[in-house]
Amino acid sequence: MTLTDKLRTAGQKIRTADEKRASFIQGARGRWHDLPKAWRIAAALAGVVVLFALPNLYIPGIPFRTDEVDGGNSFGFVLSTIAIYVLVAIGLNVVIGMAGLLDLGYIGFYAVGAYSVALFGSPQSIVATKFPWLICVPIAIALAMVSGVILGTPTLRLRGDYLAIVTLGFGEIVRLIAVNAEFTNGTSGLGGMPTPPGTWPAGTELEGTKLFSVNDSRPFYWLTLVLIFAVIFGVKQLERSRVGRSWLALREDEDAASLMGVATFQFKLWAFAIGAGIGGLSGAMFASRNGHFGSNSITLLLSIMFVAAVVLGGQGNILGVTVGTVLAFYLPERFRSFADKRDLIFGLALILIMVLRPQGLLPSRRRARELADRRQEAKEATIVG
Amino acid sequence: MLLEIEDLNVHYGRIQALHGISLTVDEGEIVALIGANGAGKSTTMRAISGLRRASAGRILFGGDDITRMRADRRVVAGISQAPEGRGIFPGMTVLENLTMGAYTRKDKAAVAADQQRVFELFPRLAERRKQPGGTLSGGEQQMLAIGRALMSRPKLMLLDEPSMGLAPMLIRQIFDIILEIREQGTTILLVEQNAQQALSRADRAYVLETGAITRSGSGSDLLVDPAVRDAYLGVA
Repeated sequence: MTLTDKLRTAGQKIRTADEKRASFIQGARGRWHDLPKAWRIAAALAGVVVLFALPNLYIPGIPFRTDEVDGGNSFGFVLSTIAIYVLVAIGLNVVIGMAGLLDLGYIGFYAVGAYSVALFGSPQSIVATKFPWLICVPIAIALAMVSGVILGTPTLRLRGDYLAIVTLGFGEIVRLIAVNAEFTNGTSGLGGMPTPPGTWPAGTELEGTKLFSVNDSRPFYWLTLVLIFAVIFGVKQLERSRVGRSWLALREDEDAASLMGVATFQFKLWAFAIGAGIGGLSGAMFASRNGHFGSNSITLLLSIMFVAAVVLGGQGNILGVTVGTVLAFYLPERFRSFADKRDLIFGLALILIMVLRPQGLLPSRRRARELADRRQEAKEATIVG
Repeated sequence: MLLEIEDLNVHYGRIQALHGISLTVDEGEIVALIGANGAGKSTTMRAISGLRRASAGRILFGGDDITRMRADRRVVAGISQAPEGRGIFPGMTVLENLTMGAYTRKDKAAVAADQQRVFELFPRLAERRKQPGGTLSGGEQQMLAIGRALMSRPKLMLLDEPSMGLAPMLIRQIFDIILEIREQGTTILLVEQNAQQALSRADRAYVLETGAITRSGSGSDLLVDPAVRDAYLGVA
């Protein structure tokens, strides 16, 4: 048996195993829906409680906390970062997963959100308005949405790969502005970010001090969780509305959508604006959590990691992209001992998953069907051609 | 006149695909556009439905100039297209595809009734109503594309290659249904490579050659036209 044959049988075995697992997940989905409603609510509530308790949770024998390993970051800090990135992924999922627009420059909107908080809230900024957090965040969302419309208006007439290239350029433009412009203060960045209001309640260790500060990231994690639930709720509503149906038609077949009467350009612009707004919100959360934001925080790698997380998890499915993001950003933090081999391992894992499961770990059922259809089309095209 | 095209030019970049074609479709007619591969048939259809911009000339629909109108507005105006290659939404079920066809309509009850009507025209679709569009056979996808195009209650329906890739039996069936749709009050402009079927079923037809109309007339006249017979009907 030659090596290629061996590889082929090995690949086949993995694929069969994968199909078995997929049908198990499918079955789990069915069993979940068969449970009585009260049980489902109770289980969901328990899940939410665990999520909120997570930063204070220790399980002897299972070292899942990142501060249980050598040189690991504070678990609250890691959790809040992951939560913020999950928010990014949910926003990016609106653009990529729901409307089918491959946006590789999403980090640009994230940066716009972060710099909005810095500009209008930081005492070091040249604007020096020193607005409180509650005013900065809506500004951040609004400016990110506006930049989404500004980027989208000339570029959304492009399709597929062309759009990906242009948006990649947008991300780089924002980064270069951040590095070079005066108002961003380059790599040194801006500090003294405003934080959400509130003090630690009586009876807690830090009683009376500011609830949101760089000393303890847990409150940011909790607040971001609340925001995640709110955004998921909003996005779900959109998905079920006429807007969601238009996006669905648009991503499945743009010409056909147009022939059904979908104002394709307008709905693409909406997807861009809404996605950008969520990106701006996450950027704002990130800047105020760190207390500081500089151009170092915007990297091409991070931008690509966001897309990778969405695709890895399963575009179109909110649970999928959440799982993808958590894996993509938690595992490297937890397994720091692999140090510089982390990226290599992550890259290999990514390639393996994309070869064996191109629809992602937990895809939306519809999305999986579309991809299968596209593969079929490609196969037919090669037979004919 | 329901549709009037005057001196229409369409370019793909620098390549001119249509060289000043003019044609008309009257209310209640079935008009066929025949021609070889690459003659510009599909381009003409795309220009009428608004997927392709005209570089010169005019398109009038019901007397209104729609040359610069966006494709989605033309659906509201009453033009509907079953595109070449069918353009089914692969991840949506048959029923969802039909619902998408009624996207511009608000009258839910009437939409449901029209879905029933489509299922009566195409019983095969009724059997497969919960099945994703991408899993249908070629013939079923063609039926779905036609059914979906009906759902917007168009005044004018554009059918691009309705017989493409279908078995001869099915081709006759599809053309029977096209006649039935016309009986129910929809005007039809169709593009066909199967000139025999198209000419024998259409009221009038135009022959398109390398982006220009070279012949026109009633279907029965063109069927016996020696030049047409030589070029398109495969009889010497």
